[in-house]
Amino acid sequence: MSRIRNAFKDRKSFIAFITCGDPDLETTEEAVKEMVRQGADLIELGIPFSDPTAEGPVIMAADERALQAGTTTDAVFELTARLRKTVEVPMVYMTYANVVFSYGTERFIAKAAEAGIDGLILPDVPFEEREEFAEVCRKYGLLLISMIAPTSRDRIALIAKEAEGFIYIVSSLGVTGVRSAITTDIASLVTTVRENTDVPCAVGFGISTPEQAKEMAALSDGAIVGSAIVRIVAEKGKEAAIPAGEYVCEMAEAVHSL
Amino acid sequence: MSKGRFGAHGGQYIPETLMNAVNELEAAYEKCKNDPAFQQELKTLFDEYAGRPSRLYYAKRMTEDLGGAKIYLKREDLNHTGAHKINNVLGQALLAKKMGKTRLIAETGAGQHGVATATAAALLGMECVVFMGREDIERQALNVYKMRLLGADVVSVNTGTGTLKDAVSQAMREWTSRMEDTHYCLGSVMGPHPFPTIVRDFQAVISAEIREQILEKEGRLPDAVIACVGGGSNAIGSFYHFIEDPEVKLIGCEAAGRGIDTFETAATINTGRIGIFHGMKSYFCQDEFGQIAPVYSISAGLDYPGIGPEHAWLHDSGRAEYVAVTDEEAVEAFEYLSKKEGIIPAIESAHALAYAMKYAPTLPKDRILVVTLSGRGDKDCVSVARYRGEELSE
Repeated sequence: MSRIRNAFKDRKSFIAFITCGDPDLETTEEAVKEMVRQGADLIELGIPFSDPTAEGPVIMAADERALQAGTTTDAVFELTARLRKTVEVPMVYMTYANVVFSYGTERFIAKAAEAGIDGLILPDVPFEEREEFAEVCRKYGLLLISMIAPTSRDRIALIAKEAEGFIYIVSSLGVTGVRSAITTDIASLVTTVRENTDVPCAVGFGISTPEQAKEMAALSDGAIVGSAIVRIVAEKGKEAAIPAGEYVCEMAEAVHSL
Repeated sequence: MSKGRFGAHGGQYIPETLMNAVNELEAAYEKCKNDPAFQQELKTLFDEYAGRPSRLYYAKRMTEDLGGAKIYLKREDLNHTGAHKINNVLGQALLAKKMGKTRLIAETGAGQHGVATATAAALLGMECVVFMGREDIERQALNVYKMRLLGADVVSVNTGTGTLKDAVSQAMREWTSRMEDTHYCLGSVMGPHPFPTIVRDFQAVISAEIREQILEKEGRLPDAVIACVGGGSNAIGSFYHFIEDPEVKLIGCEAAGRGIDTFETAATINTGRIGIFHGMKSYFCQDEFGQIAPVYSISAGLDYPGIGPEHAWLHDSGRAEYVAVTDEEAVEAFEYLSKKEGIIPAIESAHALAYAMKYAPTLPKDRILVVTLSGRGDKDCVSVARYRGEELSE
């Protein structure tokens, strides 16, 4: 069983996202270790991109800070390898197609696998463009995570049948960022997914409170939180590891209580 | 390989949230493309509202002064709203209306596409929101006023470099949050499929007319067609009906800014490499890790780090040639055409003119060049004056 599937085996999964290199890679390293210690079941490492078209203002600003600080793809590979020495939960990269393609898709995926990454989330690579990246991922044992959106409708079955690792259910229209309410009928999305695959699914976009995380995880197999964590990093800077961990502890407990 | 490919380029690299929206757009467009009633309605708008066909003007004084090939100017600057942008916008707005959309959003660089979209929205009774980089809002204050006058909301984009690429990103983000009643009226032959094809088809009226007009005036096809290239919509429109005629050279003029050996350039083919951005695979100005590079040109309309995928393919196949033209050369051409022909060209179009000025004298007098004058230059007078060290107040 893959490390990713394992993260959903016995309980609902809490997935934490962080932008690598914001404000620096040392802080990211400490924060990831702390979030794992506090109960995160899977870590999404964001590789910053200059023009992240699927992100809201919080993660956009984090990408900008990370790039300003000189974060490069090679430095993220090194960070990953260091983390892998102690971190046992699955880790995936979340980044944009050009970061992978421009580096050389095969060269990127080979290095990611060597550093100990389990999968890849590319928000600007939909089902139609998937194979270009998926075939290289297969060669190096990485899983390419599929996304399903509130607008997917007839596409859900198509996407679910090809999905591997876990399915990222986008809770709402628009870009990433904290929302006061999630109005999409997540339950019916999940039902359609489950009719087509046994790959677990987790809900992300807009989740920031333990109540929301619990509600979303109850409807699916897990909850994904990004902007709320990145906001803590933005506020606390180099001192972010401990408060990020404390926040994750509260969120993970809510999800694991199910 | 996925849909909408031009060789290796094109495709649909967008969030899943938008996929059904682009699929619906593709289906609606296929239907309208083959619907004589839609085509007739569009033609009426082109002729009665936009003022088509635009003239193919023999630039006699320019030709005689340069002493080489005969130069014809395709006068897209005479269209309503002053540029070729109206061709695409009328097509897309009509299409959106048929799809039941009530709201248009658009990005704009120089403001020409924004003004055209605001115009079409006013004409068809639709809501309109235009995203424009903070830098460009400063550079193009008059166009901002025009858009507001036409009833559009202009949203300042403060992220990134505050220019065209950031305006595109923000318009894409907005579309992701609201597709039900909203059509994203993309302004160039870029973005995810089907946009590069739709925009090309609506702009192809330029080359259809050039072909007919030059055959009537000269009894033969031109030796070269020259147009400026940012995303590349007026260029692809000018090239399209000549692609199958190998004797017609196709020349795209990119903005070199301060020079292709500097970092202050927007010449994508000359300085960029293949990548994936804004929904498409194509050539982009980027660093070694794929971060999109800040670009620069005196022309806000050419100040974009990418190029449409069909141009990338025309470059790969060698069918078209892409040359770089500096700010200085463009400004000289801007001044030259004003004095020589009494026509003030858009600074974008001046890039194509500048290359024609270098190229024409190298050819014998029986050769024919067509240069697309994509827009008029009123909007650029303040920035060109500033470039020459003169401050204008209105």
